[in-house]
Amino acid sequence: MKVTRETIEHVANLARLNISEQEKEKITLEMENIINYMDKLNELDTTGIKAMEHVIPMKNVLREDKVEKSFDREKILANAPLHDNGFFKVPKVVE
Amino acid sequence: MERDVFDMAELYELTVHELSELLKSRKLGVVELTQAFLKRIDGIDSKVGSYITVSGDEVLKKAGDVQAKIDRKEAMPPLAGIPMAVKDNMCTEGIPTTCASKMLHNFIPPYNATVINKLYAQDSVLLGKLNMDEFAMGGSTENSYFKQTKNPWDVERVPGGSSGGSAASVACGEAAFALGSDTGGSIRQPASFCGVVGMKPTYGAVSRFGLVAFASSLDQIGPLTRDVTDCALVLNAITGHDPMDSTSADVEHPDYTKALVNDIKGLKIGIPSEYISEGINAEVKKVILEAVETLQKLGAYCEEFSFPINEYAIPAYYLISSAEASSNLARYDGIKYGYRAEKFTDLLDLYKQTRSEGFGVEVKRRIMLGTYALSSGYYDAYYKKALQVRTLIRRGFDQAFGKYDFVIGPTAPTTAYKIGEKIDDPLAMYLGDIYTVSANIAGLPGLVIPCGFDSNNLPVGLQLIGKPFDESILLRAAYTFEQNTAFHKLRPEI
Repeated sequence: MKVTRETIEHVANLARLNISEQEKEKITLEMENIINYMDKLNELDTTGIKAMEHVIPMKNVLREDKVEKSFDREKILANAPLHDNGFFKVPKVVE
Repeated sequence: MERDVFDMAELYELTVHELSELLKSRKLGVVELTQAFLKRIDGIDSKVGSYITVSGDEVLKKAGDVQAKIDRKEAMPPLAGIPMAVKDNMCTEGIPTTCASKMLHNFIPPYNATVINKLYAQDSVLLGKLNMDEFAMGGSTENSYFKQTKNPWDVERVPGGSSGGSAASVACGEAAFALGSDTGGSIRQPASFCGVVGMKPTYGAVSRFGLVAFASSLDQIGPLTRDVTDCALVLNAITGHDPMDSTSADVEHPDYTKALVNDIKGLKIGIPSEYISEGINAEVKKVILEAVETLQKLGAYCEEFSFPINEYAIPAYYLISSAEASSNLARYDGIKYGYRAEKFTDLLDLYKQTRSEGFGVEVKRRIMLGTYALSSGYYDAYYKKALQVRTLIRRGFDQAFGKYDFVIGPTAPTTAYKIGEKIDDPLAMYLGDIYTVSANIAGLPGLVIPCGFDSNNLPVGLQLIGKPFDESILLRAAYTFEQNTAFHKLRPEI
């Protein structure tokens, strides 16, 4: 499958990554190489084969709806790049 | 304290079970033992680079507390007083957990991973956090933001990856045992390259709570040790259902030390023809086949079988793991913890700048690949297809296990290569995983043991892959091999 510059720009935007102009060409080629190798899977006939998301057959692992202890606010904010008055500080979201 | 046989210089070369005996019989103290390891790290880690963070004086206080318990004649768990280290993607409360990434270079978790709590419950002593490929993505530890770990057998070569620090530290006596994590071979391949025992347990056997997620359906934590007995001891400590990890299996685990029996008569072993035909280095193949012959001489029956689905394991693995990684690494946005870019225009730009500056090249590559595979228009062709191939791979193994007790073969197509040799060709690097990824895809246990050397005196690892939750048979076969050979006793001269 052909991987174009536009594909790379679209995927980078989805992944919230910046790719510089210089890097774009290299990455486009790299991705195309890798994707072409992945196309190998098309050699296999998988009609009617179930997609296996998890190796252990488990369903709906639930717990009692009981309130358990969480963390103190101080601990939660300890790793914050910026915080103020008990809140995480972020750029303006709503105009 | 009278010890007659062992002195300070050799303590770091002993196995966990040997050290435990010395501690129990009071011939050795925990503080003295911990100091011996710290001295070893201090003397050699500038050469090897296994550690990102080495514990400070608090570890000697912990050692003292454990000794006090021993003095009070309290019950001693098997790993009590044993100095160990863990890969830096397992959360340790109050101790930096970086995943060898700029993104988490300043992250200090407010909680312990379940496996850490389990080791602490056995009174093990944490020496520090070990180097790795960034976010566990890589096979050489060349993708670490901090440093390059070297192979103790030849410091110009890679230790393997992504648990390179874990394997190297055990190989050169910087830890009595280590924990690593394995998503596509990241415990087994470095174990092979560094000449130590490494095990990836069955998916779900060990809790992933507190393990920084890379690919949630593939990741497993496991031990790296000097011998198979130590592996069984650590496995006993870390396995078990955990309500904090909804993918952990609700099964009873046996006492894995009961599997340490020197007898494999009548066991049936299968070796995939595809594992020993193309692509494998001639010397590695020779050593592996000699090891298989040893098992046959010890009474096991071994034959080749056809395993054609293995050809599709790598593309399936890289699609599944990258897709899951792109999802798991979406949380790194510079808001609540970790690195945040200094210059940005708005929120979207904050995300993009933070992630572009915080992640290394390989991580970004895999996120891009995973995002592509999951994006609208490509989801069915790539991700869904890979999951269907996963079913076929699992079926291939199930068929084999109808005939054989376990499957055997090489761990990697080569021994340790030189630093810098493969880093510019990502696809070539990925192909090195050809023998390891299928165990992750199928969720099966895989055990690697040292079985010989090539003409450059570099270790070769023999890989055993078993049925789900049948770690015991792998341990039994490995123990039998070990009892009849001496490869596990050799140490690098460093």
